[in-house]
Formats: sequence, C-alpha cells, structure tokens
Amino acid sequence: MAKGSVRVTAERCKGCGFCVAFCPTHVLQLSSAFNSKGYHPPSMIAPEKCSGCNLCGMYCPDFAIFGFRTGDSQKGKEAA
Amino acid sequence: MSDSDCNLCAIGPANPVESVLRLDRIPTIWCPGCGIGTSVNSFAFALMNSGLDLKKVVIVSGIGCSGRVSGYVDLDAFHTTHGRAIPFATGLKLANPELTVIVYSGDGDLTSIGGNHLIHAARRNVDIKVFCVNNMIYAMTGGQAAATTPGAALSTTTPYGCFEPDLNIPHLVDAAGACYVARWTTYHVKQLERSMGEALKKKGFSFIEILSPCPTYFQRKNNMGDGLAAMEDYKKRSKIRNGAPTGEIAIVPGGDIIVGKFVDRERLDYLALMRQQLGSHYHERGCQTC
Repeated sequence: MAKGSVRVTAERCKGCGFCVAFCPTHVLQLSSAFNSKGYHPPSMIAPEKCSGCNLCGMYCPDFAIFGFRTGDSQKGKEAA
Repeated sequence: MSDSDCNLCAIGPANPVESVLRLDRIPTIWCPGCGIGTSVNSFAFALMNSGLDLKKVVIVSGIGCSGRVSGYVDLDAFHTTHGRAIPFATGLKLANPELTVIVYSGDGDLTSIGGNHLIHAARRNVDIKVFCVNNMIYAMTGGQAAATTPGAALSTTTPYGCFEPDLNIPHLVDAAGACYVARWTTYHVKQLERSMGEALKKKGFSFIEILSPCPTYFQRKNNMGDGLAAMEDYKKRSKIRNGAPTGEIAIVPGGDIIVGKFVDRERLDYLALMRQQLGSHYHERGCQTC
C-alpha cells in the first residue's frame, strides 16, 4: 500500500531528471509523453513504493512536482 | 494568488512552496538542469518554517540568473544594479531595523563586481542574510570567467583556460568577520533548508554559499555533462565537515567539495555598535510607512 503520491504540473517541467535520479525509492521515470515545450515530464512507474517524502519536490527547480502523504496511510498508522 | 483562485486546490493538495511564490511569473527563465530553482525550494521551506512575519521580510538581489529569485518569491523585493545588492540591503536595514533583509544573488554579482561591498558588509557586521548561488561563472551575461571560476576552466573570456587563482568565498567573509558562514550544494536540499533557517534567526552578517550547476555555460564549455551530471558529481565529491577551518576548504577541480557550517560566532552588529557609540545622541524614529 502506497504511503504517498506525487502530483506533477507537466507544463512547468523542463525534463532535468533531478526527481527521477534522487527519488529514494525509485518511483519515477521520465515519461515518453511530451509537454507543450517538448520536454518529457516524469511519471510514476512504481506508485506503490512512494512514501510521500516530497524529496522530488525539494529537488525540482521548476516547482513542477511535489509529494504528499495520502490520507489512507495516515489512517492506517492511527489504526496500527 | 489566494487559495480559492488556485485550480490545483480544488482537486487535491497544492505544492507547499507555492504559498511563497509568485505563480504568475512561473515558468522560470532558468535553463533545464539549473540548480537555482532547487535552492529556492530550500529557501521557501526555510521561510515558511521560520515563523517570521513575511510582511517584514525583504529580498534584495543584483543582476544575474540568481538575481531573478527576487522576482519569483512573494516578498517585498528589490532587483538592484549589478553588484550593488549589499549596499542597497544595508541602507534598507539601517532605515528600517525591524525588517529581515535577505540578499539572494550570484557569485559574479556578489563576489566579483560587488566584492568590495561583501567584504565591508561582513566587516561592519550589518544584520543581513546573504545567500550566494555560486555557479562558478557569469551565466546570464554570456559565460564570462568570474572570480570564482576554478583553475584551467574554459569560459567565453578564457578560451585557453582560466589561469587566475579563484576565490575561496567562505574564507573571505570569515576573515572579514561574518557571524555565520556555511557552504552547501544544491544536492544538499535538507541541510541547506536547515542552514537557511539558522541564518534567518542569526543576528549579524550571515553568509551561505550554494554551489549550483550551470549546464548552459560552465558544464557545456568544460564538457562536464548536464545539470544532472553536476548533481551526481556533488553527491560523489561532497564531504560534510562542520566547523572546518575556512582556509582549508578551497574548491579544487576534481577534489573533495567541503560543505557544512563553518562559522557561528557572536559579534555586536552595526546598529548595536552605532547605538552604543552615539548613546543619547541617537534617536530612532518610528517607521514612517507601517
């Protein structure tokens, strides 16, 4: 069960790959799709591994991605 | 932009840094792989977690790629002439001591063109926070060699390699008397955020050097790959040595990059010294604008 997720604003992305390279759980890859400027924005290849740490958001120079913890995992933590 | 205007909020959480950014100015002008935006993330988190009243925080920058930061952060901002960010910030702090004054600019602006101002602001210990993004070149003006360009690097003005010894900026500001001196790279986002938070709280001249990739000029001219290659290089070569003597931390091409917090000392700042010296002759007038 994924503890978090990421949200990408594709139009801001410049395809530098920082988020892909420095994701601690290797959740992301640059997708084959283009945005309107011709860059490849990131997409999730292993969404179940995402911890929602927002390190991708810290590295992104264009404020195009951020991670957040999902409500389900918070509820799960409380139940445990 | 208020929360209700943001179309992202309607469908889920928004990027937390957006609350301190001017979204109408984004996308930024920075090249793909440039590290300045990464340092802005750390700055935005440090600002949000500092507990400061953002109406009393001012950001000043000079000319250059990093000088653009003042336009993207939603604070009172001044974009000044080349190299003159620190004198402007000094005047701002003296005219209204309540303000937290931040100078966010590049190495070419702060240490090359405005080098003398940097030395004397550190000597006077004016209570300003200087965040210097060091990409080792004058990037926006076309890739000329700056005072920080390391040995034998190629640039627009050094087509046969740079033969001038480069400047060790933390050593310079430490020798001039700065209260807080640190160096991080754009790879160390969390450490940089913590360091910026400490600098914002510190009374006195605080200086943080942020090493950043410049894929368009520095990396390309020197066959060093793109921005990501520079980040991987920082990851490999950086060694954290808090409290290291600043004389031993010069950046050597191919050698270790020493990062960390080097100086954290207490000294009376310029305003305190002025009040002490002038005594009852000094009358502080209330702020005329707020």
